[in-house]
Amino acid sequence: MTVQTTPPKPKSKFLRREAIEGYLFILPWLIGFVIFRFGPMVYSMFLSLTDYAARGAPKFVGLENYIYMFTKDPRFLDSLRSTFQYVVGFLPLNIIIGLAIAMLMNQKVRGMTTFRAVYYLPAVISGVAVAILWQFVFHKQWGILNAILSLFGVKSIGWLVDPKWVMVAFVIMSIWGVGGSMIIYLAGLQSIPTELYEAAAIDGANRFRQFRSVTIPMLTPTIFFVLITGLIAAFQIFENAYIMTGGGPNYATYFFGLNIYFTAFKTLNFAYASALAWILFAIIVALTIMVFGTSRRWVFYAGGGDDA
Amino acid sequence: MTTKTQPAATPAATTTTDLPFNRRHFFQMLVTYGLLFSGAALLMVPFYWMISTSLKTLPEVQTWPIVWVPATPVWQNYPAVFQKTPFARYLLNSMVIATGGIIGTLVGSSLAGFGFARLRFPGRNFLFFLCLTTMMLPAWVVIVPHFMMFSAVGWIDTYLPFIVPAFFGNAYHIFLFRQSFMGIPRELEDAARIDGCNTFRIFAQIFLPLSKPVIATVSIFSFYYYWNDLVYPLVYLQSQLKFPVSLGLRMFQTANSGVVDMPKMMAASLMALLPCVVLFFVAQRLFIQGVVITGVEK
Repeated sequence: MTVQTTPPKPKSKFLRREAIEGYLFILPWLIGFVIFRFGPMVYSMFLSLTDYAARGAPKFVGLENYIYMFTKDPRFLDSLRSTFQYVVGFLPLNIIIGLAIAMLMNQKVRGMTTFRAVYYLPAVISGVAVAILWQFVFHKQWGILNAILSLFGVKSIGWLVDPKWVMVAFVIMSIWGVGGSMIIYLAGLQSIPTELYEAAAIDGANRFRQFRSVTIPMLTPTIFFVLITGLIAAFQIFENAYIMTGGGPNYATYFFGLNIYFTAFKTLNFAYASALAWILFAIIVALTIMVFGTSRRWVFYAGGGDDA
Repeated sequence: MTTKTQPAATPAATTTTDLPFNRRHFFQMLVTYGLLFSGAALLMVPFYWMISTSLKTLPEVQTWPIVWVPATPVWQNYPAVFQKTPFARYLLNSMVIATGGIIGTLVGSSLAGFGFARLRFPGRNFLFFLCLTTMMLPAWVVIVPHFMMFSAVGWIDTYLPFIVPAFFGNAYHIFLFRQSFMGIPRELEDAARIDGCNTFRIFAQIFLPLSKPVIATVSIFSFYYYWNDLVYPLVYLQSQLKFPVSLGLRMFQTANSGVVDMPKMMAASLMALLPCVVLFFVAQRLFIQGVVITGVEK
């Protein structure tokens, strides 16, 4: 049926019609892109160069917002520090623990589906309810975490009220959702052809060597994916901090998201909030490009490489 | 047929059972199960804490050492949530927002996904790339212009800012639809075309019915998104009776900040989570598929 080569079509007319239909199908997205993405991006860039507090007309002030941010604003430094602390604490743990659990589960474990569900559940639920729950888990006097730790003789820790511990608390809470990266690793592990392990075993590679020379290289695209998505998400942390600490104690969890939200919708400084948002965006883009840049050196594509 | 597969299966089965008892393997599996069980137990602790707290009296919550199991479960905490707050209303509001949002997302994302997957037009790759890059754009960059825009058209304190943008599609869901549509054989499309179907009918009557898994996946992901979202309700809604569950819980939390009525707050939180947990167990497979598609593609 399809063996014969397709006869020459009335090419130009058919293609033009297909092109028009193509544009029609993506038109809603394209309109949405202009109205809800591109337009607002340009406008917020403009706002960031003005003095505008939700009233009157924006007054152009050039780079003044940015200059103030980098030279005088202590809250900006709080955001920068807390956000980076969180990202640096969370990302490596998410990558390593997620992989470790996935490896454990990949050993043809009985009841794997049940385990998988139990580990994955905390990753899919989120929001205010979860934040309220964790707030009470971390409660200094009556929380279950300190109760468990006291069984091992640990004195009660002010998880959410002590600036020294609050970031640890946020990282612990985020690692609760490690099932998200685990599930991706598990899929990655299962897509590694078993022949590779057999070949490695014949060559005399022990388990550790197999892990280092087969598993890790084959898994680098997955690690890369977990790293990039984790990075983009972690920089935008908001809800948990908004509910559990409100940015405290003493601005120790005054993440970028909180700073932008409070600046825009509590102090109504729309212009400065836009400037903050652009710096956040710039940081995310710069780090993403950096990771992409290094990926050539460590991400291994089995198909011989994607020239994307 | 059945007789032929039988002998092939038996030797494979015997080789595995005939293996001598492997002590190293046994210990390895013991450690594996030990680790997996303790990890699972740790992950379940917060859930246990939530349930047990929701059934306690206030004095039981405020004691040290903590009460692990409430003496007599106070079921009354659950109905009390509905008496103390318009919780039923919050649940209903969340349902309305989620339903509108899901319908919008399905329409907008499937259309664009089809265009990107099956129709050739100049600039397609570039536009699809553009679409994917919007996933990187933090909502924070556009939140102020969005607020100003929706204020200008008088949509503040309505559900329109949640539902209307959904109809323009969402990059991640466009991507999922595109992946699914690309897997549908071209022959089906060609056959329908020969039968005189136009492109829209091919999309609506052939591609969509064949894409039930991705429709379900997108619906579930969107449900979670709208159900849990806090930022946009915080920015767009003002009257308490319009609040979704997320904002309602927040109200409950701030109203109780002085006296901390933990049992009722945990009861409320648990009820807010319940739809998500149930949905997770019902649709676990779709969830995992949805995540895996994205992970493997990149």
